[in-house]
Amino acid sequence: MIDPFGPILAPFVEFGFMRRALAGCLALSVSAPPVGVFLTLRRMSLMSDAMSHAILPGAAAGFLVAGLSLPAMTVGGLVAGLAVALLAGAVTRATVVREDANLAAFYLISLAGGVLLVSLRGSQIDLMHFLFGSVLALDDAALILLGGISTLTLVALAAIYRPLVMECVDPLFLRTVSRSGGPVHLAFLALVVINLVGGFQALGTLLAVGLMLLPAVAARFWARDLGGLIPISMLIAAVASVSGLSLSYQLDLPSGPAIVLAAGALYLVSMLAGPRGGLLRRLIRPRHLEA
Amino acid sequence: MSIRPATRDSIRLVGITLGYDRHPAVHHLSGTVRAGDLLALVGPNGAGKSTLLKGMVGEIRCLEGHIDRSGALAYMPQADEIDRSFPLSVMDLAGMGLWRKAGSWRGLERWRPEIGAALDAVGLGGFEARPISTLSGGQFRRALFARLILQDCPVMLLDEPFTGIDNRTVEDLLALIRLWHGQGRTVVAALHDLTQVREHFPTTLLLAREAVAWGPTARVLTPENLARARNLSEAWDEDAAVCVGPKPAVALGHDHGPETHHHHEDAA
Repeated sequence: MIDPFGPILAPFVEFGFMRRALAGCLALSVSAPPVGVFLTLRRMSLMSDAMSHAILPGAAAGFLVAGLSLPAMTVGGLVAGLAVALLAGAVTRATVVREDANLAAFYLISLAGGVLLVSLRGSQIDLMHFLFGSVLALDDAALILLGGISTLTLVALAAIYRPLVMECVDPLFLRTVSRSGGPVHLAFLALVVINLVGGFQALGTLLAVGLMLLPAVAARFWARDLGGLIPISMLIAAVASVSGLSLSYQLDLPSGPAIVLAAGALYLVSMLAGPRGGLLRRLIRPRHLEA
Repeated sequence: MSIRPATRDSIRLVGITLGYDRHPAVHHLSGTVRAGDLLALVGPNGAGKSTLLKGMVGEIRCLEGHIDRSGALAYMPQADEIDRSFPLSVMDLAGMGLWRKAGSWRGLERWRPEIGAALDAVGLGGFEARPISTLSGGQFRRALFARLILQDCPVMLLDEPFTGIDNRTVEDLLALIRLWHGQGRTVVAALHDLTQVREHFPTTLLLAREAVAWGPTARVLTPENLARARNLSEAWDEDAAVCVGPKPAVALGHDHGPETHHHHEDAA
């Protein structure tokens, strides 16, 4: 009997480093897409891109201190990302400039700082590592980190889910009934940052948002409410991880871009075939109902 | 159901000035909204109606003076401040009103009968599962009223609740407001339709940045008062002098003098 999944799964059966890569990507696949769903619903998609760049100087500082050590770069990235997110949030609350503008200012500063820091000591290879990640070289510490990020994200999202939804739909209402709006917003930004740091390990600073946003946007073509959007986005991210990693092995492609391209392909398919506003659906228009 | 607030004053305004960037939108206003009042807030565009409601709910801070509130306030903003494209069902939108009871954790299932009843009361029975993006303007307004019902607050602040709503819906919602009034709740609504105000609201505050008159509706909505309100300059004078305090004459005008004092026994 021919196993249709054989060629896809073979590299994972054969090689430990592929299984590690898969485990890391699947952990990211259950935590980053739900965060991405909220980002897109709040029209903050580009803000996550900005923040992923903001992580660079922190990771670069960790690299300067400890070389290519995942823990040092992670802590550095976490601190820099959280600092930028919190500073931008605080400045927004204290001044009249909108959050996206503040983020753009902060991330440009930190991106320039990051590139400067890496070029102080790094080689060309190090730079590639920073920009595109090292999903095939995840060690135990990195896997534990990704698992921890995933767990923390899901628990935290469950805890702040309702106020977060209220803050998205009607922030004014939340302010009149509760003071949780500010803390919830900051907690959400923190979740964005830790997931970007996780994505940074696997996919690098330029593609870290790939597994966060592409599945979330693609899910919009399949589901109408949050109860559908979140699981579907997770599923799309998981499929992209498996197929992207497998293809990268079979065709000898770099893994990070392959995973993000797989997610991109799923987005294009969703855009064409999705039942909620997909393009094909618009061409085949069933006759309208009576009421 | 009857609401008994702890004190007889729902909202006390003590010499408040509210504004943006030091320019007052509400200027040196003093007065009291008594518990059980059904108060209409009337005035031309730019008179400070929305600003006053935002100040009452604590959304913007007073530039001067202070506001004493007793008990919880429910506030309905103008609907266009809400993201209606968010994928949320009517039940979830109305269910937000249960925040004080349900908090962040408890499921809304146990309040399903209450939510259903609130939606029925505004004529949205059976709309529970509909996404809010598919509602018409009037239906969305009704859903917000259902949320107010579930909030179950002793004080309700409504910012132009009937804008863009058809006559029948307005009648239904006015009946709901009368019901709240009958239950002893305090209702403050910013409105433009003077006929509506005369018919349904026993007390009125005619606002034109400063209070033109505050009291029983019939005595407030006189042609002279309305003309005074219309003459208000909407201009935002960049070179306005720094205000040193309320002018004595103005202070008398709205400081519950005998002419403008509203009859609390009428409003109770």
